[in-house]
Amino acid sequence: MISEPHVESPALREQFNSAEQQKDASSLGMWVFLITEVMFFGGMFLAYSVYRSTYPAVFGAASRTLNTTIGALNTAVLLCSSFTMVLAVRAGQLGRRKQIMVFLILTLILGMVFLGVKGYEWNEKFQEHHVPGPSFHMDGPGLQDHAQLFFSLYFAMTGLHALHMVVGVGLLSFLLYQNQRGKFSAAYYTPIDMVGLYWHFVDIIWIYLFPLLYLIDRHGG
Amino acid sequence: MTTEHVDSVKTYAIVWIALLIMTALTTSVAYFDLGRFNVVVALSIAVCKMLLVALFFMHVRHSTKLTKLVVLGGLLWLAILLVLTMADFATRSWIGV
Repeated sequence: MISEPHVESPALREQFNSAEQQKDASSLGMWVFLITEVMFFGGMFLAYSVYRSTYPAVFGAASRTLNTTIGALNTAVLLCSSFTMVLAVRAGQLGRRKQIMVFLILTLILGMVFLGVKGYEWNEKFQEHHVPGPSFHMDGPGLQDHAQLFFSLYFAMTGLHALHMVVGVGLLSFLLYQNQRGKFSAAYYTPIDMVGLYWHFVDIIWIYLFPLLYLIDRHGG
Repeated sequence: MTTEHVDSVKTYAIVWIALLIMTALTTSVAYFDLGRFNVVVALSIAVCKMLLVALFFMHVRHSTKLTKLVVLGGLLWLAILLVLTMADFATRSWIGV
């Protein structure tokens, strides 16, 4: 019986023995996807490590131009959004549709706050001429050339992360729509669970981006 | 295998507070000059935060053995990428290439 997930009949597809097996399969599939994402971001983290070890002084000076306070606050915002996300998943486990809605909306708002702050930071980079390209300007020995490497990686990594956040915001909106239509119950909330995994994964990427880009060279200035 | 585990709000709240405390900690430690250990401390705290998020928020501790194996396998592959490449870069100067 192939049917749309429904409140009363929690859509067990014919290839599975039980709802539990079906859920485990979804979970495993999501993790395999997340591992490919880990390798995707891993390449960028590797590029960052290689160039940071090649030009440590330049990367230090460029890193110190970032605003740590804003970065730390934004990290806190993202961690709060992970907390509300896990509460949305918990509400799904218990089949509490109103709670699902409240926590999804909170997660959505926190995600958008993070993106807003990120936009503010990027705008600052444009004003300071710290965007790689013809208008790039930074005073200091070797900075004009090699600091562009730092900022290229900064924009690529935070940009790719932000893109994932935008996708996450889209997924959350879709969950809200589905929840509104009564698709979720204690017996079937797999989409909330899967989007939760994705959202936490994006959070983990930021957990590494924040110290690597903002913190590790802070003391040298 | 996985009977449904519903963790309490309290458990999640404790993990959340711990994550916020570690963020404050890593940010303030960054202003002290610990030499090479700045990187070590920052990354150690990041690994702890990752473990908290993965084990509790992503429910890895309640997952099937297969899922756990896939997660570990993924991290192993990432380690191969990072360790082998950095080993190459770090040792090139030894023989002057």
